[in-house]
Order: sequence, then C-alpha cells, then structure tokens
Amino acid sequence: MLSFTLRRLAAFLATLVATSLVVFLVLEVLPGDPALLMLGIDAQPDAVAALRAKLGLDRPPVERYLVWMAGLVRGDLGISHTYGTSVAELIGERLVVTLPLALIAMSLTTMIALTLGVYAASKHNTVGDYGVMTATQLGIAIPNFWFAILLVLLFAVFLGWLPAGGFPGWDQGPIALKSLVLPAFALALVQAAILARVTRSAVLEVLREDFVRTARAKGLTRTQTLWRHVLRNSLIPVVTIMGLQFSNLLAGTIIIENVFYLPGLGRLIFQSINQRDLIVVKDVVVLLAAKVVVINFIVDLLYAVIDPRLRTAR
Amino acid sequence: MALLEVEKLAVHMPTLRGEIPLVREVNFSIERGETLGIVGESGCGKTMTALALMGLLPDGAIPSGAIRFEGENLLALPEDRMCKLRGNRLAMIFQEPMSALNPVHTIGHQIAESLILHRGMYRPDAEAEAVRLLELVRMPEPKARLAQYPHQLSGGQRQRVMIAIALACQPDILIADEPTTALDVTVQAQILDLIHDLVDELGMALVLISHDLGIVGDITDRVLVMYAGRVVEAGPTVNLFRRRAHPYTRGLFGALPEPGRDRGSRLYAIPGTVPDPWLVPGGCAFADRCQLVEDACRAALPPNVEVGPTHAALCRRTDVTA
Repeated sequence: MLSFTLRRLAAFLATLVATSLVVFLVLEVLPGDPALLMLGIDAQPDAVAALRAKLGLDRPPVERYLVWMAGLVRGDLGISHTYGTSVAELIGERLVVTLPLALIAMSLTTMIALTLGVYAASKHNTVGDYGVMTATQLGIAIPNFWFAILLVLLFAVFLGWLPAGGFPGWDQGPIALKSLVLPAFALALVQAAILARVTRSAVLEVLREDFVRTARAKGLTRTQTLWRHVLRNSLIPVVTIMGLQFSNLLAGTIIIENVFYLPGLGRLIFQSINQRDLIVVKDVVVLLAAKVVVINFIVDLLYAVIDPRLRTAR
Repeated sequence: MALLEVEKLAVHMPTLRGEIPLVREVNFSIERGETLGIVGESGCGKTMTALALMGLLPDGAIPSGAIRFEGENLLALPEDRMCKLRGNRLAMIFQEPMSALNPVHTIGHQIAESLILHRGMYRPDAEAEAVRLLELVRMPEPKARLAQYPHQLSGGQRQRVMIAIALACQPDILIADEPTTALDVTVQAQILDLIHDLVDELGMALVLISHDLGIVGDITDRVLVMYAGRVVEAGPTVNLFRRRAHPYTRGLFGALPEPGRDRGSRLYAIPGTVPDPWLVPGGCAFADRCQLVEDACRAALPPNVEVGPTHAALCRRTDVTA
C-alpha cells in the first residue's frame, strides 16, 4: 500500500510538471507576444511594454518557468490582470460555488444511475428495462444547456419553486443551496443516463455468476441478492466511469454556470479565456490537471475498497 | 408421508422453436437419513432436477408435476415462502467452489448471512456459530477464516465453506450437485467422506448428483439413472450395481476404467451422443445408441419394467442382463 501511494505521488508530480511545461510552452515561449495577446492588437506600445515588464517577459524562459513553479509551490499564483486580485483568492472564492455544485451533481448522478441501472437489470427484457433504456437514450441525446433552459422554464418561470440563476453567497444558507439545485440537475442528466447504462450492463453480467445462485440458495430474495451480492461486484466499471465523469464535470460547469450565471470556476475559465487573462488561464489549467490525477488516485483506492482481490495485487 | 416426494416432475423451457423438455416424468421419494444418487451424462437433466427442487430454475423454465416437501407442494408455494425454506430446510452445494462464493465478502459474512436471515441471530452470535460450523466441516484454523476472502482459500477449503453455508440452519434435505467434480482427486475423497459423515451425524436426507458411479456406489442408498431428461432406471444402489437392467446403465459402467484391464485396450464409450433436447425422438431416447434396439423402441416409449423390488428400468429388453 505504501509503495502504491508513493508511486501515485510520483505520477502526480510528473503529471503536474508535464502539464505546466506544456501550458508554459504554448502560452509564453512559442512565437507571439503574450503581452500583446492579452492587451489586443490595438494596444498602446507603452502599455504593452509595461505589461511585459510586469509579467517578467524580459527575463529568459527557464527563469520565468521556475519562478512560476516556485510560486505554485508557495501557493502564490500571481495577480490576475483583469481582476487585479490574487489568482489564488480568485480560484478560492470560485471553488466554493463549483465544488459543491460538482459534488451535488455527482451525488445526483450516482443515485439516479444506480437506481435506474439496477432496476433495468433486474427487469431485463421487460417493459421496465425498455423504459429505462429509452429514457437514458433520450438523456444522452439532450444537450445539457437545453435541458437547463427547460428546467428554468418549468421550475423557475412556470412553478416559481427555484431561482432561475445567480448565486446569493453561502451566508444566505438554504437559498444559496436552492440556487444550485437546477444547475446540478442539468449537469447530472447526461451523466446519469450514461452511468445508468453502464450500471445496467455491469449488473447483468454479474447476475450470471454462480455466487448469485448461492445467495438465492441461502434464501435471499431476488432484491436482497441484487443489493447485497450483485451490486458491489458490478461497481468496478461503474466507479471507473464515475471518475471520468467527475473529471469531465468541469467542462460541463463552463456551460451550465454560464446558463445560470453562477460565479463558479467554469465561468472564471470562460471569462479569463475571453479576456485573455493568461495568468489565470495558466494556473487554472494546472489546477484542473491536478484534479484529474487526484480523482484517478481516489478511483484506484476505491477499487481496492470494492474488491479485496485487488488489495493483494499491489 | 415421505420427507420429499417428487411426482411426475417435468421442466420445460419455452423458446422460439417451441417448448424444449429438459426434464420429464421424474418420480422419486426420499426419507430423512436416506441418500439418493442421480447419475447420468452432462445434459441429462440432473442439475435441472436439483434446481427444480430448490425452486431456482433458470428464468423462463417452467416446472410441472409436484414436489411435495412434508406433504406441501413446493411448485405451488409463493416465492416468499420458498425463500424461507431455501437455505433453511432445503440446502444446496454447487459444483464450482471457485465461483460459488462471493469474491467481495468475507467467509464469516457469507456463513453468518443465512443464520442472520433465517434464525434472526445478531452478528456476533452468528459469527460464533460460523466458527462452530467451520469446525464441523473440519476447516483448519476456523477462527482465522472468518476475516478471509474466498480467493485466499484453496478449492477444497472453499467447498468446505460451501458445505458450512449449506449446513448453517441444519437443513432437512441437502442437495449436492457434483460437489467434488472441480476438485483434486485426493481432496474429492475428503469432501465426500465429510458429506457422508455429516449426513449420518445430522440425520439429513441427501440428494447427490454425480456422473461418477464410484462415488454414487459408495454413499447412496438408492440411485436414479437419467438419460435425456428421463429416469431410465431406478433402484436400490446395491441391486442396481449388481443387475444393470437398462442398456444405458450398462454403458455407463462399461465406460469406467478398471484396474487390471489389459493395458492398451480402449476404454468403452457409448456410441453416438446425447440427443439435443429438442430433437429427442418420440420413442426411447437411447434407441439410436442402443445395440439391442428394436423397431418398437422407436415407435413408442418403452414400459417401465420391474426387475426387482423397487427396481425398474424403462426398457423392452430387460431380459438381457449383460
């Protein structure tokens, strides 16, 4: 287990270094003046020169890269060009919106997908199974921003139960939570549809195993067998897809946070790219890469929790 | 009233090509303390018969006839009441100990499960009982096993765990479907001795399914020989082994390797193969492979001819004995 963790840690660092190198090369070393890119071609030459000095572009690339890395290690991510505040603070205050949103969306995804997937598998080749398969096909086909608009029309405009957009801040408590409900559902839909299908086929496969018959021979009902013996054995592919989905969720939040006007990380990325705030973009991309590696690590740990046979293999 | 009475049991599987008969006209009864062997080639309906007894036939398979357990027809019993009998009064051991245990649960959990389910025991009590059961099946270091997973055990040990699970609630009937086929020969003998001893000790009825005549001859009181879904010969084990009335039974015995037989002489094999269930001919299913076949055998099902006390064979030519 220790060597496993150490190996993972090494992979984590290697991934970060590789990502940061690629980001740095693309944004700052390849031909094209980053300062000019940020200010636009109509910028005054003295403004460009001032920004070049501020970014330290007069220094050699290797030095600039090392300064940036040293800053990352200290938690000093630089000052955003457009916002004029520290990037670390900026990311921090956006994360308190996006992280809860992602977690709620992921929990919804899991709950919906496992229920539908197990149900469909247990009703294999009956109306219930066909119903779930049709519904999930539809769920995969619907783009999430359009589904988001439908949700707003129904729950915000027509029924008036939930806010249509915006985020009042966590000091507002339940109201803040309420404003995350619709975005979370919009994010969860497509994912749940895919995950439900994965769950269904994984459960169907496990249902053919001999130990399912043993469980029934003990006197467990079909439903008890399904939840106590089958589900955990079918979780490996499910958790794999969940990990990928959680990594992809951020791409989803870029769109959904724009639809719902949520001041989250997705919107920050969108805005910084729009405003060519390369300082923010650089840091956020490295942060996202780190997140993917962390999620993969958690997925690997979950494998060992789910299946004891994978514990000794390490 | 017998403990278990099976009458005209049949199992059909509906398919696009029509209903396939998997088991037909199986009759037998068994008392407490009695052991019944069911022998035959793969695909002859042995396992389907056993699964029908447990009410665990594959999805779609339709049983008919009657399986009376203490006078009550199990085929008419609602599923929730059947669940209360399974693992409690009727228990089954399967062929593949490698895959019959759940890989993600501990041994302790898997044995305790039926005790918690049927006896309403609390986990600590159920685990203490699991240790006692592991001792009963002569598992070395029973206490240490509770926290182990199936993949940490050998095949023989896993089959001991399966037996412990089956015996957990002291069933009245134990059904063992080829319990030793997947094991090494030395381990086979140990497991069979164990099953035999436990049946004696606990006074259960045992239904032993096997294609191994040696095993069946050793530990059963009565034998059913099945072919293509039907019982072709049934009788007390001792008598049946002495006087093999059905040509198929003789074929099975002929196919046994015997010590002392000429080196290099070929082992006897019954010519032909078991007919596919949906191609079973109208008359005797064995006709195409039988050396004594007559026209009448193909025309209609042969009568069940009594050849001794409670010993009968489904054959026209029971007059031939060797």
